[in-house]
Amino acid sequence: MHIIHSTRVLAEKIHEYWVEAPLIARKYRAGQFVIIRTHDQGERVPLTVVETKPEEGLIRLIVQEAGKTTTEMAAFKAGDGILDVVGPLGKATHLENWGNLMIIGGGVGAAPVLPIAIAARKLGNTVYSIIGARTKDLLILEDEFRAACHETRVSTDDGSYAVKGFVTDALKAWVGEGLKVDQAIIAGPIPMMGATAKVSKELGIPTMASLNPIMVDGTGMCGACRVTVHGKVFFACVDGPEFDAHGVDFRELNLRNQAYRTQEAEAMRRMEDHKCKIGLTNVAREGVVQHG
Amino acid sequence: MANPNLTQADRQKLPRTQMPEQDPKERVQNFTEVPFGYDAELAMAEAERCLLCKKPKCVAGCPVGIDIPAFIKAIREERMNDAALILRATNSLPAVCGRVCPQGDQCEALCIEGNKHDPVAIGNLERFVADWEVRNNAITIPDLPPPTGYKVAIVGSGPAGLTAAGDLAKMGHDVTVFEALHRPSGVLAYGIPEFRLPRIVVNSEIEYIKKLGVKFIYDVVVGITVTVDELFEQGFHSIFIGTGAGLPRMMGVPGENLVGVYSANEFLTRVNLLGASKFPDYDTPIRKARHTVVVGGGNTAMDSARVSLRVTGNHVTLAYRRSMDEIPARKEEIHHAIEEGVDFQLLTAPVEVVGDDKGQCIGLKCIRMELGEPDASGRRSPVPVEGSEFVFDCDTVIVAIGNSPNPIIPRSTQGIEVTKRGTIKIEDATGATTRPGVYAGGDIVSGAATVILAMGAGKTAAKYMDEYMRGLPKP
Ligand SMILES: Cc1cc2nc3c(=O)[nH]c(=O)nc-3n(C[C@H](O)[C@H](O)[C@H](O)COP(=O)(O)OP(=O)(O)OC[C@H]3O[C@@H](n4cnc5c(N)ncnc54)[C@H](O)[C@@H]3O)c2cc1C
Ligand code: SF4
Ligand code: FES
Repeated sequence: MHIIHSTRVLAEKIHEYWVEAPLIARKYRAGQFVIIRTHDQGERVPLTVVETKPEEGLIRLIVQEAGKTTTEMAAFKAGDGILDVVGPLGKATHLENWGNLMIIGGGVGAAPVLPIAIAARKLGNTVYSIIGARTKDLLILEDEFRAACHETRVSTDDGSYAVKGFVTDALKAWVGEGLKVDQAIIAGPIPMMGATAKVSKELGIPTMASLNPIMVDGTGMCGACRVTVHGKVFFACVDGPEFDAHGVDFRELNLRNQAYRTQEAEAMRRMEDHKCKIGLTNVAREGVVQHG
Repeated sequence: MANPNLTQADRQKLPRTQMPEQDPKERVQNFTEVPFGYDAELAMAEAERCLLCKKPKCVAGCPVGIDIPAFIKAIREERMNDAALILRATNSLPAVCGRVCPQGDQCEALCIEGNKHDPVAIGNLERFVADWEVRNNAITIPDLPPPTGYKVAIVGSGPAGLTAAGDLAKMGHDVTVFEALHRPSGVLAYGIPEFRLPRIVVNSEIEYIKKLGVKFIYDVVVGITVTVDELFEQGFHSIFIGTGAGLPRMMGVPGENLVGVYSANEFLTRVNLLGASKFPDYDTPIRKARHTVVVGGGNTAMDSARVSLRVTGNHVTLAYRRSMDEIPARKEEIHHAIEEGVDFQLLTAPVEVVGDDKGQCIGLKCIRMELGEPDASGRRSPVPVEGSEFVFDCDTVIVAIGNSPNPIIPRSTQGIEVTKRGTIKIEDATGATTRPGVYAGGDIVSGAATVILAMGAGKTAAKYMDEYMRGLPKP
């Protein structure tokens, strides 16, 4: 059991957890992830590690409510436990001093690239970053990016905050102003990564994408995480999670990730039903207390 | 009761005692064990068939050399406890082996009774004794010698690791098992389904090993979470690597990443380890296929096909590229699969997974094969029949064509040599790797093999790890 030390809401449906996992905290390097299971009937879910405190044996996870497990996790409080945490899995990001490094994170995808930005800066890179979100309420980690990078730009799809537009627009604009980008690293929703990879290719920027396929074991045993890169099949959990963005078959990745969409919806529906039936009075009473 | 008046000729005329089992129509709807096992009466009847050969061939067929006539004689004389002790003397997982060993290719293949008639049902008898032991709470924890002070790390809790752990604990060493998954026993937990190997059976074996003082630590990937070097630094004197062959081989045909194409490992892990057949009571989902095609002919393929029948209730086809003569799965499983309605398409090999515009698998294109000259394995090799391509109309494909050795440890550890196939190199007689103090065995050394061979390897390594450690300065 891994005890949660603290939780915090970063944005709508995006939560932060500091979790006890001393072995992982000691070993973790930027780019790696863990697989968790919250209870005995739970599924195995991969989550990026955003930061660690090795001396205190803590790891920081940032989780968006998406499926059943992550939605259940929203109710977790300090002192609760996560049944299994295994890792740090995947290869650490390959880092070198490229010169000008562009870090791009979309939505909760900002989380995996933050530690990469920090590590890359230590190696002497000049680190630029673009973080984007659909709307203002979904933007996370802005202050930390501003602190970690030489310069950070923010975009929202709907213009509710900062510059209106997609991260791709921000990238094009920045390069248009004369910024020379030697390397880019991107993470985010698959359509966003696909679009960004296309633009960065046109701009001639070598680009790595941190992929998020469905995983089961995370050690190369099951093959659930298969991705196609430059026509070859890789297991993202051991060969990745980062790959040359210009070779990734994002369409395939997107389809594979939606394989269980109807079942997930069913599980969520059941969970909602269940909550209502058992929690009806509680919910009402809490509502009264809060608003009264 | 034993009938001493039977002549050898009489014994040979006795028919092989069938094991009662669940009706196929019923059992495809549940995950409960298929054969019910012998009761004492049936076991004793079957034991009467053994000729108690002076020079028993069967023993030579057993990879761990169980004294087969001796334990069968004990059953015949209703000395069940003795039978159990004889089994335990050489086999620490008899209830598992009685169920999953390929007896048809091992002991039973050599049984002298089998020359003219059916061989003695050695596997069924082994299972009977092991179950009797559990039912009667007769498993005795042996008196352990005083602690030696030597510490052993076992990497991987499959049959190889469990056997090495048990044996080393019995020698008085302090044993810790590190397992990457959240549950012990490797393929026995995530691969082999419950209807063939009930969890309760596996769990009782684990309990036994725990009672010997072995500690289990889960969710630790050795080579990543902690390295072999770090284990030595932490004071372990010797390390056994039993990480198995967990890397699925894919077909290398177009379309094999389409939605609906599983590796057998993923499919079986979802159901066996994560309870996906009970979704949404369990959180792990699984595809409800309309028609599944399983590719392969080994135990993994049979298990995938039979699990698929139970999960979906729909049509399941098995495509194997050679003929029934070459099919490698246990005979009993093939028989069970056929009874349950798996549609066997032999001499059939995949060439392409067909997808629709949404990236979903909608078919498997195959080609018929014929058998040509024997290949390196001595089996006649399949040759495609030109122009015989056709398409199975299916929405799920499960690829069960084998596994490669798990590369995590060799990759992350200095001094451990591997072969061209990626298996760990060992000294055959001792299990020693090229790095002093590190031993290995099971599928990580042999490539995908069997439970009993993995156990045999664990046993050998344990013996030489003991020897190695006793040569070290006293801790
Ligand atoms: C579906 C299926 C059905 C089968 N049916 C039969 C059968 O009927 N009869 C038969 O004899 N054989 C059968 N086999 C083969 C048999 O299961 C294997 O030969 C046997 O399990 C090998 O044992 P092992 O101990 O070497 O490895 P495994 O059982 O593979 O166990 C290895 C363990 O090590 C763990 N591990 C891996 N890497 C690490 C790491 N770095 N750190 C920590 N832990 C790690 C794994 O999680 C796993 O638990 C079957 C195999 C499959 C897949
Ligand atoms: S060879 Fe067959 S008949 Fe002879 S001892 Fe072994 S099991 Fe009995
Ligand atoms: S998650 Fe199983 S192989 Fe990658």
